[in-house]
Amino acid sequence: MIRLEHIYKNYMTARGSVTALRDINIHVNSGEIFGIIGKSGAGKSTLIRCVNLLERPSSGEVIIAGEALTALSAAKLRAARRKMGMIFQHFNLLSSRNVYGNIALPLELAGCTKKQIADTITPLLELTDLTDKKTAYPAQLSGGQKQRVAIARALASKPQVLLSDEATSALDPETTLTILQLLKNIRDTLNLTILLITHEMSVIKSSCDRVAILQEGELIEENEVGEFFTHPQTDIAKHFITSSVLQHLPAAIERPLLVTEQPHTHPILRLWFLQGTATQPIISEISQQFNLHINILQANVEYIKNHVMGMMIVALRGENVRIQPAIQYLKQNNVQVEVIGYVPNDIAI
Amino acid sequence: MFQMTLLFNATLETIYMVFFSGVIATLIGLPWGIALYASRKGHIFSQPMLYQILAFIANIVRSIPFIILMIAVIPMTRILVGSSIGTTAAIVPLSFCAMPFIARVVENALLEVDAGLIEAATAMGANAWQIVCKVLIPEALPGIIHGLTLTGISLIGYSAMAGAVGGGGLGDLAIRYGYQRFDTSIMLITIIVMIVLVQAMQLLGDKLVRWYAHSKQ
Repeated sequence: MIRLEHIYKNYMTARGSVTALRDINIHVNSGEIFGIIGKSGAGKSTLIRCVNLLERPSSGEVIIAGEALTALSAAKLRAARRKMGMIFQHFNLLSSRNVYGNIALPLELAGCTKKQIADTITPLLELTDLTDKKTAYPAQLSGGQKQRVAIARALASKPQVLLSDEATSALDPETTLTILQLLKNIRDTLNLTILLITHEMSVIKSSCDRVAILQEGELIEENEVGEFFTHPQTDIAKHFITSSVLQHLPAAIERPLLVTEQPHTHPILRLWFLQGTATQPIISEISQQFNLHINILQANVEYIKNHVMGMMIVALRGENVRIQPAIQYLKQNNVQVEVIGYVPNDIAI
Repeated sequence: MFQMTLLFNATLETIYMVFFSGVIATLIGLPWGIALYASRKGHIFSQPMLYQILAFIANIVRSIPFIILMIAVIPMTRILVGSSIGTTAAIVPLSFCAMPFIARVVENALLEVDAGLIEAATAMGANAWQIVCKVLIPEALPGIIHGLTLTGISLIGYSAMAGAVGGGGLGDLAIRYGYQRFDTSIMLITIIVMIVLVQAMQLLGDKLVRWYAHSKQ
């Protein structure tokens, strides 16, 4: 549905030409939610603006539903843009229009009659749960409500494609989840194709089918979301994944932590269960097999699609000679082990 | 009684001059301001050369002192009105004076509109004209009304100056009766009426902005 072919974008600056995007190739299938994740400055915003030519690529082709946008005349491009909805981080609602008026805007632009507009908006207000806010102005709405208005507005022209530019970045985590759920619902009911950009792994995790990583203007990894989480290829992918599961060590654990092993200490391990190992009772196995006392200090298990991954911080107490074999056993079972420090035996954590 | 009639007529003349020069100046200043905004580099109708020209003309007109402008446009006033003396004739220089002012005020009000709204409208397939009519002007309206109020108040002051060279109105009254005939009471009353006019104009402008913005909050 969305095909980007060899997209390059160069900017001329005072210090010469800067390449913002380098040879971007993306194929988003019909009905798919495709996420692009990257740090700020990676070129995400430029990339999504290239899809509806808000930014014209320096070279390369943008093909939406078989139509090459880059070759269209200005009038035909405007018509093509009506078949693409777009939502933004800061909602971009008109403060001078109420909810109904904002949703009506794309229809007015397309020259619809009052009756056509009313017939289109009523079901959209229901879909986005805004019926009772119909006459409210943006200044009277919460962030989540504003984004729902923006979604309804983006859907008003019955688009095939929805572009989401950091749509949840200005929202709190709970509202983010409801907005992502809404996006999934409209994908299912309207068979919409959604391309979204984000810097939050949680957005990818909870809503996308496929994901690509953008770094310094290049796509460096692309995969189905479950595979991406369980078998990350690049360091930056691993970084994104670990930082999404990783939590800071609680101060109660960190304070007594020694960097090197000393007499009468026991190790604290961080275990990563990535490749399907989160479902095995491996902790109780090593506890029994090596006669160790295992104290779980912190744990986090994530369910992504049909994959499970987890992170655990444990204290291993037992005879020193048994600890190393236990670590070996974990490694043999595809658990990644990281010794984060040692704690004196007489300190209880 | 005679003085009251004089004062009443002079007030009407001032209102007449300010109203019509305000309307004419808005009719030209508003599109001028929109053109200034749109032709700015990187804006919806980016034409840096056109912008330079429009901005240059605005700056020239604004830098000419009103009293000089009034004399300079006399030939044009004769062509347009048929005379260079009188209340109607004063409308021509007053309009000229206010036009570039309104243009700049409108340009500034439009620049305050969030660029994200223009981007959103472009993404919806809006053309430049639709962006101006459906997004820019409605969103900038409070700022534009503020600017027009400011212009109207300046015009009250300038219309008094027009009175000095035969334009009629409150300025004319103040000079002929108050100054030349040493009639202090007329002078004072004229000033009070001017103050009332300015206050009323400001109040009306603020009310309009509040009414427009109030329905939005």
